[in-house]
Amino acid sequence: MELLTNILAAMVVAGTPLLLVALGELICERSGVLNLGQEGMMLMGAVAGFVVALTTGSLAVAVFAAVFAGIGMALLFAFMAVTLAANQYAAGLVLTIFGTGLSAFVGAGFVGESINGFERVAIPLLSDIPVIGRVLFHQDPLVYFSLVAFVGIWLFLHHSRGGLLLRAVGEDPEAANANGLKVLVVRYLAVAFGGGMAGLAGAYLSLAYTPMWTENMTAGRGWIALALVVFATWRPERVLIGAWLFGAASILHLVLQGLGWRASTELLAMLPYVVTILMLVLLSWNPARTRLNTPLSLGQPYRPGR
Amino acid sequence: MAVSAQRLKLQGIVKDYPGCRANDGVDLTVGAGEIHALLGENGAGKSTLMKIIYGVVQPDAGRIVWNGHPVTVDSPARAREMGIGMVFQHFSLFETLTVAENIALGLPADEARDRRKLDQRIREVSGRYGMALDPRRYVSTLSVGERQRVEIVRCLIQESTLLILDEPTSVLTPQEVTALFATLRQLSSEGCSILFISHKLEEVRSLCHNATVLRQGKVSGGCRPGEVSAVDIARLMVGDDTPISTQVSAAQAGDVLLGVRNLGCKRRDPFGTSLTDVSFELRQGEIVGIAGVAGNGQDELLKALSGEIRPDRGSMDLDSMRMNALSPAQRRKLGVAVVPEERLGRGAVPGMSLAQNALLTASGQDLVDRGIIRFGRVRAFSREVIRRFGVRCTGEDSTAASLSGGNLQKYIIGREALQNPRLLVASHPTWGVDVGSAVAIHEALVKLRDEGASILLISEDLDELFQLCSRIGALCEGRLSPLACTAELSIEQLGEWMAGGFDSGEASHAAA
Amino acid sequence: MLLLERRPVDSSLMRWASPVLALVLTVITGFVLFLAMGKDPVEGLTFFFITPISDLIGLAELGLKMAPLLLCAAGLTVCYRAKLWNIGAEGHFLMGALGASAVAVQLVDASGVWVLPVVLVAGVLAGMLWAAIAAGLKTHLHCNEILTTIMLNYIALNLLLYAVHGPLKDPYGFGFPQSVMFGESALLPDLIPGTRLHLGLAFGLLAAVSVWVLFARSFIGFQLNVIGQDHRAAAFAGFGARRLTWFAFLVGGATAGLAGASEVTGPIGQLVPQVSPGYGYTAIIVVFLGRMHALGIIAASALLALTFIGGEMLQIAMNMPKAVTGLFQGLLLFYLLTCDAFIHYRIRLRAPVRKPTRVAAPAATQEA
Repeated sequence: MELLTNILAAMVVAGTPLLLVALGELICERSGVLNLGQEGMMLMGAVAGFVVALTTGSLAVAVFAAVFAGIGMALLFAFMAVTLAANQYAAGLVLTIFGTGLSAFVGAGFVGESINGFERVAIPLLSDIPVIGRVLFHQDPLVYFSLVAFVGIWLFLHHSRGGLLLRAVGEDPEAANANGLKVLVVRYLAVAFGGGMAGLAGAYLSLAYTPMWTENMTAGRGWIALALVVFATWRPERVLIGAWLFGAASILHLVLQGLGWRASTELLAMLPYVVTILMLVLLSWNPARTRLNTPLSLGQPYRPGR
Repeated sequence: MAVSAQRLKLQGIVKDYPGCRANDGVDLTVGAGEIHALLGENGAGKSTLMKIIYGVVQPDAGRIVWNGHPVTVDSPARAREMGIGMVFQHFSLFETLTVAENIALGLPADEARDRRKLDQRIREVSGRYGMALDPRRYVSTLSVGERQRVEIVRCLIQESTLLILDEPTSVLTPQEVTALFATLRQLSSEGCSILFISHKLEEVRSLCHNATVLRQGKVSGGCRPGEVSAVDIARLMVGDDTPISTQVSAAQAGDVLLGVRNLGCKRRDPFGTSLTDVSFELRQGEIVGIAGVAGNGQDELLKALSGEIRPDRGSMDLDSMRMNALSPAQRRKLGVAVVPEERLGRGAVPGMSLAQNALLTASGQDLVDRGIIRFGRVRAFSREVIRRFGVRCTGEDSTAASLSGGNLQKYIIGREALQNPRLLVASHPTWGVDVGSAVAIHEALVKLRDEGASILLISEDLDELFQLCSRIGALCEGRLSPLACTAELSIEQLGEWMAGGFDSGEASHAAA
Repeated sequence: MLLLERRPVDSSLMRWASPVLALVLTVITGFVLFLAMGKDPVEGLTFFFITPISDLIGLAELGLKMAPLLLCAAGLTVCYRAKLWNIGAEGHFLMGALGASAVAVQLVDASGVWVLPVVLVAGVLAGMLWAAIAAGLKTHLHCNEILTTIMLNYIALNLLLYAVHGPLKDPYGFGFPQSVMFGESALLPDLIPGTRLHLGLAFGLLAAVSVWVLFARSFIGFQLNVIGQDHRAAAFAGFGARRLTWFAFLVGGATAGLAGASEVTGPIGQLVPQVSPGYGYTAIIVVFLGRMHALGIIAASALLALTFIGGEMLQIAMNMPKAVTGLFQGLLLFYLLTCDAFIHYRIRLRAPVRKPTRVAAPAATQEA
């Protein structure tokens, strides 16, 4: 039982960065914009958070810095993809390449440094519940934020006017414009939100998960998050389950080693990526089903006809 | 008309787009409770004028006067506030949202907040005008006629005093048109003004009080439609020197060329239509028409015949050769030609030149040699098409997107015709095409027919079908009605078939 | 207020000027960057762009870095023209290196003219196999190729790491993760003796020319173009999407695999973990910068090869972090995309508020 609890707790922790960035991209994609630049935004968030934490000593300020870094990168993307209506795939790749390069550049002088990262905080009473208490209510503050964000997004999408506007814009920007909705504004906000969440996810990596900075420390999580949003058919509850499943896949090699299994680290490290492919297969093999759930205008540049 | 009874008055509206003047000093007046038609060919400037009234686009000069006060309509939201309601030709509804959610989007936030009250209002208003709607249903589950009702009810809930309808009847069966007109007359009698944009002259004559006719961006005249003939109105629309209709001689049908038996095709995407038990025969030297409201399986039938989809059941035989498993390229070699509904973005690649677009379907005409393209021969072929079919363009290197709709359609039809097809399937060939080009296209089809080809004409334009075809049937929800001789078929009967009033079993036993 | 207005016809001036403009803007940004870091900007830019190619050895190094970029970009061009967003060149490259190394290690003591071709073919086949996975996932299981190829990149990297730490590890290599040095027969001959420039560049140029012929003359090239521009027209015309997808992916895998094989049989001479500084990803920039055209990608691969060696030069001469290469590459792509927008749009100044305008024609004041 103790082992199970620990595994579940580790699963939630490992899944949290994925959950954060995937929820952000979910909102972005619901507005019809596909942002491939998750890695770039996450890395910028990670380096910004780490550097600010190191220099100011305040984790809270560091988190804000990370979120702003993510939003800043996302606004660059929004300028290209929404205002200039450029090819969204290319624009996203720009963000990835630029973000990777810039973060490596900025963080070059900080490799090897360390900070005191986020500590776990127990929520009184709730954390005494067996198993669930340890897993859900005895975690660091960013994990709690991810859960709050999940609930907030779920409510927003289907029970608020803002969510209605978002879904309308994502399905058909022309019709939305004809209905008087401000398509460009909605998309900018959605993209910026995605950027903020990605920056936060990056901060989680460098401030809580492994409090340090190395180049490319996201190791493809941004891409996995993109696959996760598709797999979850753009529904927040499925993103949550998927993110935690991933968390489980990425700590599997630690679990196996703990159980005494000897296997090559490199081969086991492939696991999350293989699982992602399997996930994609499971979802995509029936194209009719995918079409039914995809925000219809996803990936198409929108040029208002004036 | 007394000034106080005027609802909408446009004075001297001008709108320029790069390369053309879409509206050139347009004047228009609609009174309270009046049903006013706005007529004109495609490209005459009707859509632009409408977008200006609805605030989607701003005029470069001119004045808009609303209930006696000059106004600026700077956005659709402002238009709605003023009381202008718009029912679009291609509906602006969201399929993944419910009826109520769609209507809520168009209302200010505080009015839309109480969902239950909104549902009640929807039921009330829709019932009052004979257009009952269930607010909880998803729009994706509604038929086209029902979706139009949602658009109209939305305007009524927003308390519109001017309703603009853009080509509302192009997607309705004749019976649905009658029902719509009853609703519109009721609204008009209650003081709501209606601006009715259409090119269907008989409908305009039966419904509208007054009409304004646009030609090439200018007002070419006005009239009271009920008091003049359709030909007079057509003259106002096209001027004096364009032929208005084709004289079609009778067909001499030969042997059976295409036999389709019990064709069944499960729909490939959730918003498509499954074909069930479709059977018919096409003879050489005849044109057969298939009517039907868009979305009832026309595209699936076309794709089954062209080879883009493989049917799940049934057979298609060309001259007793089973076609089911043949690819589009193989069918083309056998003499099957297809003209799809979308000319830009399926029939032709918009960014490619006319010569390159010839390669799309005509590569088998000796234009490719062991994998290498013979550019000289490709250009010669295109030039021949352009010459023979009077395509107005700057040459075979002009891009497809730079041609007008009518000219591009002439090129596409010409491209197929020049390959001497034995079977031509054409879907909505004159949709959105100017009258001159439409006449040329009809003539080309008749010429092909007289040379012995079989032509299957799928169209929503009943006038076109009755003019050209020797036999006509209708597709409804993927099922084909019997095919009847045009001379013996009434519009009412066809309308019933378009709405599904037939037994599939009849179709296979229908007399040719 | 500034407004972006769509041009009626795309500006062909901007189509040519845009890459040049992007380069200029990148240089300017670099200037500002150096200033901000307290370094001499002129010195920095000189070290980055000019010094590396100021002698024959330098030019040879440029060619050396160009070869893998050009090869990968040629294959990617075939994919991107058809709008098949194959991001997997990095993975194909790594698998090509792995495949070639696996065979070369077996043939260390062999000699003969046949050794090198066999090793290279092994690399090509490995790259094609890796590409085939993504192709199959797309054509038969409808999986989005962007995500699958990226995942496969990570998997390929891990396979390579596994190999150099395990099966292919040099038993006499002091425990370092590397393979044995390849035999003489398995090494690529030099193009210019005395330099490290090898046959790989010739392969790259050949690939670029082949791509040019493919798209300028062949029917397959035409079909790929149509699929990329208008997939509905392609379906209507009966251009088999499946067949063409496989073709494009296999070409991409073959060229990138050959690039990987050339890298290990050329300058490196063995398999090491850091066999690619990101060639596969940089090749994507080469394709966009080169406008998916053969001549363009040759020029663009030269420019981006320069960023690699320029970055190394800055690292040595001015103590800057290696990441400066990635930074410049990212800037280039960003400016390129932004400048490209001006092919379709232009800037207009517009009055912010619309007032009701006066009546244009002499007013007809009589009411109907």
